[in-house]
Amino acid sequence: MEFGLWQIWDAGWVGAILRGAAVTIAVGLLSMVAGLLIGIACGLIKWARIFPLSLLVDGYTSVVRGVPELLVIYLLFFSSVEFVTKVITAFGYAGLAESGYAFVIAVIAIGAISGAYSTEVIRGALASIPSGHIEAARALGLPGSRIFRRIIAPQMLRIAVPGINNVWQTTVKDTALVSVVGLQELMRTSYIGANSTRHPFIFYLIAAVVYLVITLVSQAGFDGMERLLRLRARR
Amino acid sequence: MELIQLAVPVLLKGLWVTAALTLVSVLIGFNLGLGLALMRLSSNRFAIGFAKYYSNVFRGTPLLVQIFIFYYGLGEVSLIRNNAVLWWVISDGSRCAVLALALNTAAYTSEILRGGLMSVPAGLVEAAQACGMSRLLRFRRIEFPLAIRQALPAYGNELILVVKGTSLASTITVLEITGYAKRLMSQTYAIFEIFAIAGMLYLVVNLLLVAAVRSIERYLMRHEARARQGVSTPLLDGTVTV
Repeated sequence: MEFGLWQIWDAGWVGAILRGAAVTIAVGLLSMVAGLLIGIACGLIKWARIFPLSLLVDGYTSVVRGVPELLVIYLLFFSSVEFVTKVITAFGYAGLAESGYAFVIAVIAIGAISGAYSTEVIRGALASIPSGHIEAARALGLPGSRIFRRIIAPQMLRIAVPGINNVWQTTVKDTALVSVVGLQELMRTSYIGANSTRHPFIFYLIAAVVYLVITLVSQAGFDGMERLLRLRARR
Repeated sequence: MELIQLAVPVLLKGLWVTAALTLVSVLIGFNLGLGLALMRLSSNRFAIGFAKYYSNVFRGTPLLVQIFIFYYGLGEVSLIRNNAVLWWVISDGSRCAVLALALNTAAYTSEILRGGLMSVPAGLVEAAQACGMSRLLRFRRIEFPLAIRQALPAYGNELILVVKGTSLASTITVLEITGYAKRLMSQTYAIFEIFAIAGMLYLVVNLLLVAAVRSIERYLMRHEARARQGVSTPLLDGTVTV
């Protein structure tokens, strides 16, 4: 085991793992952004109870939050794989199917999952804005778009920060699941490394440490942001 | 129709595995979590440190990594390979999944229970102390019932996360709902239909769990329901039982 680590260093696995970690962070960030956009739209719909749409949103959040992430990933991946490969090969980019396609589907799948959780966070934050603030803005004759920009959005974002922190942490951890459909992110890289060097313990331990670093660093970042927002609010 | 006849019995077979995995890991995880929460609130510095690191490590890494470490990784360590009991646990996919799930949910449970235990008013604990209750009795009669009341809604969410977590057992050869669903998807190509049936099973399990948690909650909060109905209850008659 002692020279297991040497082997890993010599064979350039450290670089591969760091590349994998970069892919993990990229998938995480992109799906988080996609999820937040979904969350803000769906959260607003749910909060304002826009009739037929709110039913759809209710269905979406309760299905995605109640069904295992893995199953959602299988659905999105298997249902699209044939179609997309056909289209890509028809256009003569068969090689692209390997790398780009898995990444796009991963972002869509994780974004959809993250979006369902974001929706609930945003809805909760919206619900905790005192209705008097909105009524007062309306009484002043502010147009709806400006009420949203000046009154609703700033308060909502501040209240939502701890919830968004939670969603981000689960989103990062969920990206590990797309490894099962072949995207070469951190988990997949460790899997390949574990199989080719026969040192699964070291590789998965390294993966765990890298995930831990990502979550701890982002936790510290969010803590700092919360402190900043609290200071601003007090003034 | 044919598809339903083919898929439903197979997925139902998986349902039992999912339910068993959930039940066993929740039973183990809850007790471990309670222990960790108590360590965290104790005055022993090492116990506090251990519980804190444990919960950060298990909550900061994906469950999939934990499952892979247990299933693929630990077999590499000769200390474990040579120990009959540990090897028995590690060598089988479902036992491994239970181990990982239980340790994982213990971390989340400890945070939830810690919150509940911290919300118990200090005055009540002091009153119990003044009555001469022993530490164990105090915990059993005063602190735990009040804490669990506070923590139950959050714990209900955690239970759903465990149900969803069992799906990862399919990555280490355990055939539960998701494992069977994946196999059926690649056999029949009826991807959406299989997803719908499997998803429905998960939703039903979650719904049942939510209903169970609600009824436990109602049972624990029956004093409030009685108060709301206006039935005279001797206030603070001291019968906090569980």
